[in-house]
Amino acid sequence: MFRNQYDTDVTTWSPAGRLFQVEYAMEAVKQGAAAVGLRSTSHVVLATVNKAASDLSSHQRKVFKIDDHIGVAIAGLTADGRVLSRYLRNECINHSFVYESPLPVSRLVVRLADKAQVCTQRSWKRPFGVGLLVAGLDETGAHLYYNCPSGNYFEYQAFAIGSRSQAAKTFMERRFEAFNGYSRDELIKDAIFAIKETLQGEKLTSSICTVAVVGIDEPFHMLDQKTIQEVIDSIEIKEDDASAAAADQAPMQEEDKSSEAAAADQAPMQEEDKSSEAAPMDI
Amino acid sequence: MEMVAVKDSAISENGTERTLYPYVTGTSVIGMKYKDGVILAADMGGSYGSTLRYKSVERIKHIGKHSLLGASGEISDFQEILRYLDELILYDNMWDDGNSLGPKEIHNYLTRVMYNRRNKFNPLWNSLVLGGVKNGQKYLGMVGMIGTHFEDNHVATGFGNHLARPILRAEWREDLSFEEAVKLLEKCLLIAKITEEGVTISQPYALKTYWGFSAFQNPSKGAEGSW
Repeated sequence: MFRNQYDTDVTTWSPAGRLFQVEYAMEAVKQGAAAVGLRSTSHVVLATVNKAASDLSSHQRKVFKIDDHIGVAIAGLTADGRVLSRYLRNECINHSFVYESPLPVSRLVVRLADKAQVCTQRSWKRPFGVGLLVAGLDETGAHLYYNCPSGNYFEYQAFAIGSRSQAAKTFMERRFEAFNGYSRDELIKDAIFAIKETLQGEKLTSSICTVAVVGIDEPFHMLDQKTIQEVIDSIEIKEDDASAAAADQAPMQEEDKSSEAAAADQAPMQEEDKSSEAAPMDI
Repeated sequence: MEMVAVKDSAISENGTERTLYPYVTGTSVIGMKYKDGVILAADMGGSYGSTLRYKSVERIKHIGKHSLLGASGEISDFQEILRYLDELILYDNMWDDGNSLGPKEIHNYLTRVMYNRRNKFNPLWNSLVLGGVKNGQKYLGMVGMIGTHFEDNHVATGFGNHLARPILRAEWREDLSFEEAVKLLEKCLLIAKITEEGVTISQPYALKTYWGFSAFQNPSKGAEGSW
């Protein structure tokens, strides 16, 4: 995308029918650190990579609890994300107050999308520079939505946003059909694996990632570091065994697939970017 | 029937109106849960002071897919409430997304409305009984005109509170069948009939398969309608 004469204002159309400012806002999302979401029929899992500004600082917060039954993960301008989270929390709590019952997820994302759309149609505003993965549960089941700065929203079985998210998407594209039948723990494992894909060689530790779960009878909450580290360790054990060509541990047939993927991923682990199954650099 | 009219000694400002005391009123509504759902009963009378003026007022209406609302007190305020709920249900249906407002949500919404009006010294002069079934869960609640609200297995408004509830407390069970429930209600209403003019009880009719409805009977056949 190059600079052109139609991109100064969000209220200016290009001759090709594009709103460049909105598209630039979506670019901001792509620059943010990765976030992934996966959904089964009973649970939704969000996982993010938390970059720290420097070794001295704390890690940035990318996952927010909106209500007991809804949480979001953001990618892009964190400040915008924080403000939107406050808006979402407000909407949920107002609904709970009047109706004594949780706000259905689909209705919440519509309100969020409408709010984002307003910023694409006022000359004195700018679009939000943050994409949100909204994970929630209501009486119609488990839901995962993606809200864009453009004001669009889509429901997903699994999705990834942010930098190098294509790697995670490729990984999930191979497996998403089975997600509905996954148990909670399998879902968490796959989420962490997807995050691992986006790191492309960097070491995954529980200190740089956040994982959150919401499910039937399980309010939205973030997993503690210890639990995350255990899952990471179990993934890595499998990879080590797989590279030694031994199919190990765990219950399902996905294990075969993941050991293949693991074997292929061993290459990038050694800092050689062999693009076997791992996808190339992000968009 | 003796209606205790509470006269507010409010000073009227700038010609704004507020409900000071009710004019056309309905008497008690009795509701209870039974095995398959919820059943409400009310008479069809609208009294004007001590005269039974209107004889075919429906004081129980169904709201959305899951709920029933019965009201005693000022009938015009009840109609206003029905208008609010109509709009609420309309917007809920327009979402067309598989979610729907159940009796619990409506009960809470009404509590907020009643309480807010009371805070503005302009109450909706009603006692409301809200019952319904959603996803197999039975719900029965009450809201008063000052916003007091609670849930219970059996409720009654107005005089019914004093006359019917003792009977209900003694004889109510979790697993009453529809016929037993109707009999129990009739027993309560019969007592009410002795002290309240124009209580009518008629044939029950079921609109849905798994939850029960208001029971009406009409002894005063020849004199229906308003005049």
